[in-house]
Amino acid sequence: MIEREYDVVIVGSGAGGGTVAQELAPLVKDGVRVLLLEQGPRLGDDEFTGREVEMADALYEDGGGFLTADGTMTLAFGRVFGGSTVVYTGTSLVAPERVIRGWNVPDLAHTDVARRSAKFAEQNNVHLFTPDLINDNNRLFVEGCGKAGYRAEQFPLNVKGCKGSSLCNLGCPNAAKMGTHRIQLPGAQSQGVQMVTRAEVLKIGERSLSVVVRAKKEGEKGAESEWAPGEYHVGAKLIVVAGGAVGSPALLLRSGFGTRLPALGAGFTCHPAHILVAEHERPITNDVGHPKSYYVDRAAEEGYVLETCMYFPFTTAKNLTGFGPAHSALMRAFPRLQMILVLACDKAVPHNRVTVDRDGKAVVRYRFTPDTVEAMVRATRASARIFFAAGALRVHAPSADPPLIERRDAARLDELIAARHFLAGKVSVSAAHLMGGCAMGQPGDTAASVTDAWGRVHGLPWLRVADASLFPDSLEINPYLTIMALADRVAERIRSEARDLLGAGAGAA
Amino acid sequence: MFRALAEAFVPESAALDEGGWAEAEAIVERFLATRPAAVRRQLRLLIRLLDLLPLLRYGRRFRSLDATRRLRVLEAAQNAPMLLLRRGIWGLRTLAFMAYYERPEAAAEIGYRATARGWEARR
Ligand SMILES: Cc1cc2nc3c(=O)[nH]c(=O)nc-3n(C[C@H](O)[C@H](O)[C@H](O)COP(=O)(O)OP(=O)(O)OC[C@H]3O[C@@H](n4cnc5c(N)ncnc54)[C@H](O)[C@@H]3O)c2cc1C
Ligand code: SF4
Repeated sequence: MIEREYDVVIVGSGAGGGTVAQELAPLVKDGVRVLLLEQGPRLGDDEFTGREVEMADALYEDGGGFLTADGTMTLAFGRVFGGSTVVYTGTSLVAPERVIRGWNVPDLAHTDVARRSAKFAEQNNVHLFTPDLINDNNRLFVEGCGKAGYRAEQFPLNVKGCKGSSLCNLGCPNAAKMGTHRIQLPGAQSQGVQMVTRAEVLKIGERSLSVVVRAKKEGEKGAESEWAPGEYHVGAKLIVVAGGAVGSPALLLRSGFGTRLPALGAGFTCHPAHILVAEHERPITNDVGHPKSYYVDRAAEEGYVLETCMYFPFTTAKNLTGFGPAHSALMRAFPRLQMILVLACDKAVPHNRVTVDRDGKAVVRYRFTPDTVEAMVRATRASARIFFAAGALRVHAPSADPPLIERRDAARLDELIAARHFLAGKVSVSAAHLMGGCAMGQPGDTAASVTDAWGRVHGLPWLRVADASLFPDSLEINPYLTIMALADRVAERIRSEARDLLGAGAGAA
Repeated sequence: MFRALAEAFVPESAALDEGGWAEAEAIVERFLATRPAAVRRQLRLLIRLLDLLPLLRYGRRFRSLDATRRLRVLEAAQNAPMLLLRRGIWGLRTLAFMAYYERPEAAAEIGYRATARGWEARR
C-alpha cells in the first residue's frame, strides 16, 4: 500500500468536481495541497472519432449500457476526465424558481443559484445560436410547435467553434463543447491542483481514502495514469465527494456511512426519457448541425419537457420499440427522420434509490410510478401532434401498439398513445439527468437528508458532497448549471472555513 | 443461433457476407468481453431457451423456422407477462442492432452521414 497525504481530496471531475477544483485552486498558492481523483481516463483531442460503440465504451460507465436493477431503464453517465460534461449536449438552463422553492432547503435561495449559474454560463461561453446554424430537425420542431400551439424556446448552448457535427453525446471531436475538461479542470491544474486519472476511490474512512490506480489496458483510449498502478492510502483533512448521483451515494454506502445517514441513496430521480422519431416525405438536415437547439417546457403544467435531439444509428435503433421489417424501414428512412426527446419530471419516492451490492458496486433501484408513466404518455402525445403539424407522414411512439402511427390517424392520438402500452422492459427508456442520493436538507436532519445546504455531511465536518446527488428532488430542467452553482457554494464554504479545517495559513477567509 | 436471431431483428443482416458477419460478431464480442461473466452466462442461457421455445408450438427449433415464424416467436416474447423474458429480448435485440448498425457500411446504407467536419462537409 502506497501512502500519500493531502489537505483536500476531490473525488470526481464532472460538473461538480470540476467546479470545486477550480474554486479551491486559489488555496494552492497558500500552501494547501489539493488533489482530484478521477476513475476514468483522460482522452486526447484526437481520440474523439465519433464512432458510436467505440466512444461509448471509452466515455460512459458500462459503455453506456448501465441498467437499473430490474433492467427497464438505461442510465447514461460519464466515466472519464470531465465526467458527464464530456458527453453532455451543452444546453445551459438556470433552475426554475418554483423548483428551488419547492425543495424547501433552508439557506438555499433561488437568487443565489441563479447568480452563480450566470457566472458559469459566462465562463462556458453560453449563448444562443444564430438562425443560419439551426438545422431542419430543429426548425421543423419550432414550426410544428407553432402550429400545434406549443411554445418552443431556444436553448442557450455552451460551445465555442462548434462545427455542427451533431456528435455531442459521443464527445466533441472539435473540442468545441465547454465541459469541465476544457475550462475548469485545466484552469485548476495550471494553478497547482494535482489530478490523477484512472484512480478509483474504493472507500472513504475517517479523513482518508483507499484508492486503486489501474493501468491502461491494451487498445484502450486515453493517457496512462499520472500515478503508478497500485493501491494507495491517501490521507486528507477534507474530502469532497463529487462522483455523481450514482457514484457518490454508492461510494459513501460501501464506505459504511449508511447506518449513521439513513437517507443515503434515497430520493434518486432521473427525468426518464423516450426518443421519438417521425418520418417526413423529403430528406431534412438532421445529422448535421448542433442537435439540440429548442425545447418546450411543460414541467409545471403537465410534468414533462420536450427537447429536439438527433442520435446515431445504433442508439436510434435501440430506442425504437420492436424489431424486424417495420423497424428496418424506419431506420432506412434516416435522412428523413425528425427526432424529439421527451423527458418526464419524476418525483423522489421512497422506492427509487441507489444501493450497493455485496461487492460495493452501485445498483439503482427504480420503478416507474403511474405519474411518471402518465407524464411520458402526455409528452408522447404532444410530440406526435408537433411532428404531424410539422408535416410528418408517420410517427413512432413507444407507448402505442403498434408503435407506428400514420398521418391518417393523427386525430386519434389520445386513443392510440396510452399508458397501457407502456410495457416496462419492452419500451426503451433511458435517462441522463441523474439526481439525488445525498440530498441537502435541514442541518442535522439525518432522517430526511445527508448534507446541509452547503454540502456539509451531517455530523462529519471533514466530509462534503458537491454534485447532482445533492438535489433533494428532480430539477425538472437540464441540470448541469445548477450542479455547478451548488458546487460553487460548497467550495465557497470550504474556503471560508479553510483556516479551521486545514490549519494555520490555509486560505484567506 | 445468434445469426438466426440477428436476421429476425434486422432482416438486412441476412444479406451479410462472411466478412460482414465477422465484423458484426467482432463488435458484439468486444462489447461482451467487458461485461460481467454473469451477464454473458444469462445471455447464453436465453439464446438456448429461445432456440427451444418454438418446439412447443411449431415442433421445430428457432433456427429451423422461417422468417415469419421467427418474428412471431420474438414478438410474443417481447410482449410476455414475464418481465425477465421481455428484458431478455430487449437485450438481445440491442446486441443485434449494435452488431449491424455499428458497422460503417450500415451507416452508409441508411444514409447517416455525420462527420466531425459538420456543416463544412455539406455546404
Ligand atoms: C448524454 C448526456 C447528455 C447530457 N446533456 C446535458 C445538457 O445538455 N445540459 C445539462 O444541463 N445537462 C446534461 N447532462 C447532464 C449533466 O452532464 C450531468 O447532470 C452532470 O455532468 C452531472 O455532474 P456530476 O458532477 O454530478 O457528475 P458527473 O459529471 O457524472 O461526474 C462524476 C465523475 O465522478 C467520477 N467518479 C465516480 N465515482 C468515483 C470514484 N469512486 N472514484 C473516482 N472517480 C469517481 C466519474 O467517473 C465521473 O467522471 C447530460 C448527461 C448525459 C449523460
Ligand atoms: S455539434 Fe458542435 S459541440 Fe456538438 S459535437 Fe459537433 S462541433 Fe462539438
